[in-house]
Amino acid sequence: MTWQKFEKGGRDWEQFYRNRWQYDKVVRSTHGVNCTGSCSWMIYVKDGIIITEMQALDYPIINPEIPPYEPRGCPRGASFSWYEYSPHRIKYPYVRRALLELWREELQRIKDPVKAWENIVENPEKSMQYKKARGKGGFVRASWEEVYELISAALIYTIKKYGPDRIFGFTPIPAMSMVSYSAGTRFLSLIGGVVMSFYDWYADLPIASPQVWGEQTDVPESADWYNSTYIIDWGTNIPQTRTPDAHFYTEVRYRGTKIVAIAPDYAEYVKFADLWIHPKPGTDGALALAMAHVIAKEFHVDREVEYFKNYIKKYTDAPFLVILEEEDGRLVPGRYLRASDIASVDKGDWKLVVFDLNSNSFSIPNGSIGFRWSNDKKWNLELKDSITGKDIEPALTFLGIHDKVVSVSFPRFDEKGYIEREVPVKVIKTTKGKNVYITTVFDLLLANLGVKREGLKGYPENYDDEVPYTPAWQEKITGVPRELVIQVAREFAQNAEETKGKSLVLVGAGTNHWFHSDLIYRAIITILMLIGAIGVNGGGWAHYVGQEKVRPIEGWNTIAFARDWVPATRWQSTGLWVYMHTDQWRYDEVLMDKLAVGKTMYTHPADYVRLSVEKGWQPLYPQFNTNPLHVGNSVDEVINKLEKKDISFAVADIDNPINFPRILFVWRSNLLFSSGKGSEYFLKHLLGTENSVENRDEVAKNYVKNIRWRDPAPEGKLDLLIDLNFRMDSTALYSDIVLPAATWYEKYDISSTDMHTFVHPFTPAIDPPWEAKSDWKIFVNLAKKFSEMASKYFDRKVTDVVYVPLLHDTADEIAYPMLTDPEAQVLMEEKLTPGKNMGKIILVERDYSKVYEMMITLGPLVKEKKLMYFGIENNYSKEYEELKEFLGSLDDRPLIDEDKKVAEAILRLSGSTNGEVSVREYKYLEDKTGLDFRDLSEGIEEIKITFNDIIAQPRRVIDSPIESGIVKGNRTYSAFTFNVEYYVPWRTLSGRQHFYLDHILIREEGEQLPVYKPPLEIVKTTNTDGVLIARYLTPHGKWQIHSTFMDNLRMLTLFRGGPVIWINEDDAKSIGVKDNDWVEVFNENGIIVTRAVVSNRIPRGTVIMYHAQERTIYVKESKNGKMSGSHNAVTRVHIKPTWLIGGYAQFSFALNYYGPVGTQRDTIVSIRRLE
Amino acid sequence: MKILAQFMGVFNLDKCLGCNACTVACKNLWTNRDGTEYMYWNNVETRPGPGYPLEWEDQEKYRGGWILTRDGKLKLAIGGRIARLLELFHNPYLPTIDDYFEPFTFTYDNLISATQSDKQPVAEPISLVSGKKMEIRLGPNWNDDLAGGSEAILKDPNIKKLENKIKTDFENAFMMYLPRICNHCLNPACVAACPAGAMYKREEDGIVLNDQNKCRGWRFCVAACPYKKVYYNWVTGKAEKCILCYPRLETGQIPACFHECVGRIRYLGVVLYDADRVEWAASARDPKEIIDRHLEIIQNPFDENVIKNAKENGITDDFIEAAQRTPVYKMIKVWKIALPLHPEFRTLPMIWYIPPLSPLVENIRVKSDEEFFPIVDHMRIPIEYLANMFTAGDTEKIKEALKKLIGLRIYMRQKRLGKKIDERVIKETSLTEEDLEEMYKVLAIARLEDRFVIPTAHKEKALSIFEETLAPEYIQGNRGLEHTSRRDLRLRRK
Repeated sequence: MTWQKFEKGGRDWEQFYRNRWQYDKVVRSTHGVNCTGSCSWMIYVKDGIIITEMQALDYPIINPEIPPYEPRGCPRGASFSWYEYSPHRIKYPYVRRALLELWREELQRIKDPVKAWENIVENPEKSMQYKKARGKGGFVRASWEEVYELISAALIYTIKKYGPDRIFGFTPIPAMSMVSYSAGTRFLSLIGGVVMSFYDWYADLPIASPQVWGEQTDVPESADWYNSTYIIDWGTNIPQTRTPDAHFYTEVRYRGTKIVAIAPDYAEYVKFADLWIHPKPGTDGALALAMAHVIAKEFHVDREVEYFKNYIKKYTDAPFLVILEEEDGRLVPGRYLRASDIASVDKGDWKLVVFDLNSNSFSIPNGSIGFRWSNDKKWNLELKDSITGKDIEPALTFLGIHDKVVSVSFPRFDEKGYIEREVPVKVIKTTKGKNVYITTVFDLLLANLGVKREGLKGYPENYDDEVPYTPAWQEKITGVPRELVIQVAREFAQNAEETKGKSLVLVGAGTNHWFHSDLIYRAIITILMLIGAIGVNGGGWAHYVGQEKVRPIEGWNTIAFARDWVPATRWQSTGLWVYMHTDQWRYDEVLMDKLAVGKTMYTHPADYVRLSVEKGWQPLYPQFNTNPLHVGNSVDEVINKLEKKDISFAVADIDNPINFPRILFVWRSNLLFSSGKGSEYFLKHLLGTENSVENRDEVAKNYVKNIRWRDPAPEGKLDLLIDLNFRMDSTALYSDIVLPAATWYEKYDISSTDMHTFVHPFTPAIDPPWEAKSDWKIFVNLAKKFSEMASKYFDRKVTDVVYVPLLHDTADEIAYPMLTDPEAQVLMEEKLTPGKNMGKIILVERDYSKVYEMMITLGPLVKEKKLMYFGIENNYSKEYEELKEFLGSLDDRPLIDEDKKVAEAILRLSGSTNGEVSVREYKYLEDKTGLDFRDLSEGIEEIKITFNDIIAQPRRVIDSPIESGIVKGNRTYSAFTFNVEYYVPWRTLSGRQHFYLDHILIREEGEQLPVYKPPLEIVKTTNTDGVLIARYLTPHGKWQIHSTFMDNLRMLTLFRGGPVIWINEDDAKSIGVKDNDWVEVFNENGIIVTRAVVSNRIPRGTVIMYHAQERTIYVKESKNGKMSGSHNAVTRVHIKPTWLIGGYAQFSFALNYYGPVGTQRDTIVSIRRLE
Repeated sequence: MKILAQFMGVFNLDKCLGCNACTVACKNLWTNRDGTEYMYWNNVETRPGPGYPLEWEDQEKYRGGWILTRDGKLKLAIGGRIARLLELFHNPYLPTIDDYFEPFTFTYDNLISATQSDKQPVAEPISLVSGKKMEIRLGPNWNDDLAGGSEAILKDPNIKKLENKIKTDFENAFMMYLPRICNHCLNPACVAACPAGAMYKREEDGIVLNDQNKCRGWRFCVAACPYKKVYYNWVTGKAEKCILCYPRLETGQIPACFHECVGRIRYLGVVLYDADRVEWAASARDPKEIIDRHLEIIQNPFDENVIKNAKENGITDDFIEAAQRTPVYKMIKVWKIALPLHPEFRTLPMIWYIPPLSPLVENIRVKSDEEFFPIVDHMRIPIEYLANMFTAGDTEKIKEALKKLIGLRIYMRQKRLGKKIDERVIKETSLTEEDLEEMYKVLAIARLEDRFVIPTAHKEKALSIFEETLAPEYIQGNRGLEHTSRRDLRLRRK
């Protein structure tokens, strides 16, 4: 062909593109963003400029039968280099002019920085002057020296005047950059400030996980999906939000795995499914319970599958015994029968009881939490009687061996009321001489699900009977055809039977971000327990929201919370903090009658907050209405003051200025608008600047009994908001001081995730440009200035009285047996005993002039004490000596003045990266459980992963008993395989997985067993012409990771160039909205002005605004003149009292483990066209 | 027979995540300069939808590709040389900015530098063309994930052909992703249309390039390419297009968009084809036959005659071995699971696609023992729709490809669960058990080195050319030192 040209010569122009491709340097780094990706990337530098990034492809192969991890990444990560030199990169320290001028003026005038700060903040006119200016531009450059001095002055003034517990720091997700996380938390821990939680606050914490397993969250790595043979994806948008892992999801189909997608909209993950089920948003619990009904009936009652039966007997609380209690003339499921009810044994309140068919008598088996805290090697899952040591055969049901059949009341919430169902019981006399009815958890579970058994009345006849929890019943609620539910439930269980549990449910934000997420998840987990899928490779649950997995956790924890120096850090669940300090509690209308069918202790959730805080269940700082440096020098002195009411808890008078939070550091985060549920309330009450809160309905005023009501609600509580950032995001825009932080291509750090088992480094491709500095360096420098100044303002050491809650995985988790109800109702007992009927009081001596030295060296407690993580004690004196050698030392202490050294120390002090540490941990746990883990610990002693190792190539972690999964033997990691295969108890009351929960507050809300509760319906606007009222969903977006990348030009160009809201096309038509039209989205909480995306992908009555779209990019003012809020402008925090439980086995506080979750899916909005 | 080598790609749409990591990879490397902002050498389209540029497949609108004259000869759809000359200064079939989008950025700096006022500052969009404030009304991926709804769906040229048979309500929603780069066609219309002789197809690997020195900016390539994968750089006045990352490819690295494909859907390898029969293949009377002819001229790399002929044409052993090792040949010719995009455009594209499976359609009640996986006729994405895209309307070819994917899944499930293999299932796929085993490995667990078999360029052959055409190192020119290419002095000819 004449026109087809094959040129041989004259191609030298081709150099044009070759030159463009060439580069000078390439380094390995990753993205420190909360996406759970933790992908290894190579960063390319040309002429000293970062030009691009491409994925590393050198992941070790786990197993030749399983697809490799390469190439991990996504379009968002691929676009990061755009930020490096972007026009809104923070290049210098900035302070808002309104504040800086006041500061310079005062400092000039009186020359004393601390006094200068006092003169500004204690003068209402001056302080409101800069507080009202927040968010409205006016940043001016300041020098580092100037901002260090300003911040130090503010810190010192606040510590002296109000106390260190008025200083807070919010930073999320250590796993995504452990050193940067630790920079601020270590500083705060050393000065006595408060470290705030994130995982629960983001509502990513599946609160069912601590409830069922006593585990924050543990999940399979994504490669383990490849072992599954049936996957239900139930609310996690794998291709969109787990992009680097999605290939396992698509590839496993070729291995013959069926995929069912459950999603209210045609989400991306539906594309890959064989079947799409679309329940109405928020009704997933009903769907799951109907599936559980089918499975329990067909695989446990009509036909008993041996594998399933043995599984629930061994690994769940199904055979444990529960007392039926009388309440208003009804019999309701009450608390577990305890060993102390039938015998006198050590810690008998914390040991549960089964009925043993071998001996035809009651038995106290090994494994309950009571055994965990007594050293008799009986904390294990062996089915043995703890007293005789004989093998037992626990009865799952009393049917056939029952003394009697009684009718039990089970609450229902679709229509409020009870269902009466007969249950077989035995009658026994307790040690207190009381005759009680008892039955098994399994009998109660079947009754609750409505699975009919011969001879019992009150049950549905068949699947078409419309009572809880049949397939026909769910059809009315979810809209899903009953046949579909029956088919999928049957297939799913059948698959598990054939594969011994390789049925997997992927869950995520879609099912977890609801107010009743705990119930939805417990319903799903119930299915998985019934089919023996938990703790099996290829089976179980896989919850993916939030990069919660810090693999080298011990080392990180030690450094992050300065456990090498101080015995306690003030930890705060952020949901609770926000609820109280942004005054959202005042507006909370979700009263107890909306949550419970029977009578409750209080009417308003805020009263439960006070109960919880004073009992030491959950923390709330500031702790007392006085400076903790001035309350005394001994525990007795403090108790005395509390008892005499000389001092009281701050929670009781939360809106008193003396109890305000004063200083807030935010780093690695966009707190106000990305995760800030009720963001407009933040603006109003915390910051005191313009906001669009229209809510005038302060409901709490009429219902709250134990919290002092102050009118009007305070505005502008916070004196100083400091943000460390690399870009001007929404939170930075509203901060008083913005500090230029190094990006992920400019520092050393470590990243890990639950999605894979590798540990990744950050390494700098260039040094931080302009005046940027790494987070570590910023806090080290601040510590230096602070210490210098402190030595002038504090003439001696101070004693800080730290009030801490009862912690999970410590002996304090068995503080409140809750055997009798009234105990909980006594708010303040006359005689207070820390650790018994209140939290703990720890005295910490602080030398503020030494904070810098402590910050940059590893403290002596590492070698002198045993530190405990997850209940496993270890001493690190050997590693301490090694680190001195490795990192250099100061005053005979290992030096960690630089980020790379911190990273090295973290790796050395953790079991998952230092085999020697892991071996000692296994030994400790062997001693505790009487079990044998030698085949796991053998041969790992030699493995020590150093920072240079992970720069060279991604390294897979080592097994350690801190983890519940196993990687040895080329296995993919899956949660709880260690428990199932080695009989290690879960860290729960029974030591098993819990179908049943018996705490008094759980019982109050009728949630002993998973029940269906509909989503909240808070509708405060009326339906008028041109206004659409819709359910407002905020899933994770495609062109962003939270708010990061959302403002990145690459990502903005690839979709609509700014924030949008998705609306069903018929709904849009009904209010005259066309694609790309501007709309106002509003309710009592605030207003959003954004553009509409019209689509047939969205169901009617639901709108989707992908989470965390910035209010800095292409938004407009609404008709009322207020600037558009972020997606969180229309949300608000609500609190469920069950989230406040503490001191009760798995219901005990730990940071990000148990506490109020900031849910947001239960929001209803109005939408109208912006004319 | 004249055997030549060419890189060929296969994209498995059944795995495509629509994530656009490929798009960003390409943008970072090649098109983030002035004048290239709107260029997406690699883009991903949600289908059904109008695509990028809008309705690019509608050749009534754009006149791209080839048509067959009455006497069976190939002719460019934009017309012959004379017709094109007449349109030199006004080509009515070129896409305009309204078919692409007006590239934009934002007033980011305002967020930092805004002086204090009574309002929160916002970064607002400004045009990269005019520098003025603008409202955003279109983008390169405007209809992502069915954004735009029915209106956008009905603009899909492949949907239009189905004449209202498509339901676009919520219950019947369906979507797929279509990632696209230059097809580096065997019969490239862009090359044929270039009046300046700037466009060429590299003999050694088939990459189609536009010489940036020779290009005179006539833009016939833009019009002639039926895939609209040549773009006009409005700053330099030259056309630019996907270069298959030849600077990477020549050094044995995979192109950036392939490298960055986190869905692992992309395969690239060398195939051997008969250059003498390209015209024959492209000019089949019935467009449905083009695929068969296209496949016919792609030759068996194990055939001795083919190898002999290839060597005579200067193809080196490593290229021949690469052609033997790549799974691409098997996917297109042995297993027949991959198909070309719009064969009826007659350019013989060299990026092929495995069509996607999709969930069971709504309201079909099937017993799971009969239909554990959806059968082909019950899938949401209409077969006819896929056929309009990949087989010039031949639904059988689509069904066969999809049946093989489903057959593979049934086979693997039976094997994995230790059940008896149902011979009927294997038979249905028209493949052997060995084929299924290998197909499984290629589709599911293939590693980097399995998906990409890339021989490096034979630069030693070009050394003489370097000697003649490149200046030696450090020439003292009029403006100081010019051109510093790195060479070893031993390679000099003298």
